[in-house]
Amino acid sequence: MSATVELDRVSADFGSFRAVDKVSVTIGAGEFFSFLGPSGCGKTTILRMVSGFIAPSEGHIRIGGEDMDGIRPNKRPTVLIFQNLALFPLMSVWENVSFSLEMRGVDKAARRARAEELLKIVDLPGAGDKMISQLSGGQKQRVAIARALAVEPKVMLLDEPLSALDLKLRQHMRAELRAIQKRTNVTFIYITHDQGEALAMSDRVAVMSQGRLQQVAKPEDIYNNPSNGFVASFVGENNVFDGRILASQTTSARFETDIGIFEAVLHAPPSSDAKLRLYVRPEHARLVSTAPEAGNAIAVTISDISFEGNFINIHATTDQGRVLTVETRNDGSSDIPETGSRRYFTFDAQRARILADETQAAHS
Amino acid sequence: MKELLRRYGLTLTISFIVIVAFWLLVLVILPYIYLFEASFRLYLPIDQVNGPNDVYTLSNYSTFFVTPIHRWVFLLTIVYSSAVAAISFVVAYPLAYYLSKVATNKIVPTLFLIIMIPLWVSEILRSFAWFIILSLKGPLNFALVGLDIIEEPIRWISGFQSVIIGLVYTYVLFMLFPLYNAIQSLDTNQIEAAGDLGAPWWKIHWRVILPHAKPGIASGSVMVFMLSAGSILVPSLLGSTNSRWFTEIIQQWMFESQDWNTGSAYAFLLLLLCTGFVSLVMRLFRVSLSDIAR
Repeated sequence: MSATVELDRVSADFGSFRAVDKVSVTIGAGEFFSFLGPSGCGKTTILRMVSGFIAPSEGHIRIGGEDMDGIRPNKRPTVLIFQNLALFPLMSVWENVSFSLEMRGVDKAARRARAEELLKIVDLPGAGDKMISQLSGGQKQRVAIARALAVEPKVMLLDEPLSALDLKLRQHMRAELRAIQKRTNVTFIYITHDQGEALAMSDRVAVMSQGRLQQVAKPEDIYNNPSNGFVASFVGENNVFDGRILASQTTSARFETDIGIFEAVLHAPPSSDAKLRLYVRPEHARLVSTAPEAGNAIAVTISDISFEGNFINIHATTDQGRVLTVETRNDGSSDIPETGSRRYFTFDAQRARILADETQAAHS
Repeated sequence: MKELLRRYGLTLTISFIVIVAFWLLVLVILPYIYLFEASFRLYLPIDQVNGPNDVYTLSNYSTFFVTPIHRWVFLLTIVYSSAVAAISFVVAYPLAYYLSKVATNKIVPTLFLIIMIPLWVSEILRSFAWFIILSLKGPLNFALVGLDIIEEPIRWISGFQSVIIGLVYTYVLFMLFPLYNAIQSLDTNQIEAAGDLGAPWWKIHWRVILPHAKPGIASGSVMVFMLSAGSILVPSLLGSTNSRWFTEIIQQWMFESQDWNTGSAYAFLLLLLCTGFVSLVMRLFRVSLSDIAR
């Protein structure tokens, strides 16, 4: 019970503001697909267009191959889980869960039975007679999912449903959502600004900025092979260096910055006017005592060490005053330098990327 | 109290308190106490007042119960006031829904202004306006006949229909505002969620919006009902020979019979019986007073 969702050059205009700009993507049946982006990037608008609450200004949305143009939300094979869940507070849990069945005219006994089944699926057996106000945040979450599943949707749309939960519960619900998705095999389209959520749960992630898709890829590719500066800096941390290319080979280039010349990965040759930057993730950088022969080293002074629990962030200042960050695991495998000591900040050429700045997302 | 003193000083604070106390005691409580006391005394010739015949009695109240025509008028007043509340709800609900959930933020203040303007005109003028509109050769009949909707002019001012029209017009806003507030406080996502879960528009209203708006409906209905039952102006201006309102009987006692004692008793009976009726209906619909005060 799942369907493909196809966005074909979909745009959404609000007055003169273009919230979504020619987005094309095909989401596979049974896929867990996330739209990841900062607030205002158009991801919620996409979700509302797929669910039918707003019509695209341009382009087409097809679900299971069928054009959804002019089809109202209640006639679409989708169901939306709202950010605030939008449970009905005046109805009991089981009435909430079986609301869609009531709308279809299913009789009360059958509704009640189905509600209990669904509550079991979301791990809330026997909660049917409670009122919504008696539930905890995580329980409300489960009721919302059960209520959505009752529709037997082919596509489930989730609008940051975990954002209101505390950290522990959020992490637990991530796994839970993923498990429910695998169990029901419904296509999940998940909206979030939390990269951790998107990376941990999704089969594929679409990173969005200013109404445009920046990259659509598997979570590990999003993180390891960001297609541009926006993706690199939105997903994960980076040490960023402005500069220009001195010489380039097929997959790498020499990159000149104001604190040195570095060797790094460069895929597609950039257009001549693109602003280029070098991105080095903190966990890919190391601090060493002697300058490595391979180059890619910057002399630094350790300025601050911040203990984060499972990892340690070491801040190092270059002679020019730039602060760089190195992340090391808190497993005793690496020595932690004293503050004030001199080190070399270094990284492998294969681990550093030269990427065009987010101008790709620049808006007309 | 301390806060008041600190902010405004002694003189101002005392003046505030004295003014409020004067208003409350002299202008509100004392007249009621006077009427309440009078309602238990007999209407006597002036030379017998405070004499041996001037005793406390319930006879003013019992007059109501032994006068069938008064009981009948009271019953009609309650029935038609309920009708006014019901019609006001039917009129106000779509508008309240539109104002709170459909209209854009830009246009709502303008719409409210348009709705409010008639309220600035005094009730008596508005009632006279309706008297003219509804008269046999008035603009309403003229328009209806002119548009071929009816063949013969309708005698609007006959029976209770003109009174009901006038009362609905006068008090509909007291229904609109609580309804607007109630629907406004409903999370729009719930309306959308219901639609997304397959509910047609009327079921969204029936299952989601109306239950949420219940306290608003209750407080609006109580307002409109009480105001209608206690209205004297509209029923006497727009009433006809065959429509009597209970307030008109009170007025008769007081101004035509000069019997303020029985008039007071009737006034308190109106208050008491209406309150009883309202609490009964509220219990029937399972609304509590605290819901209304929300």
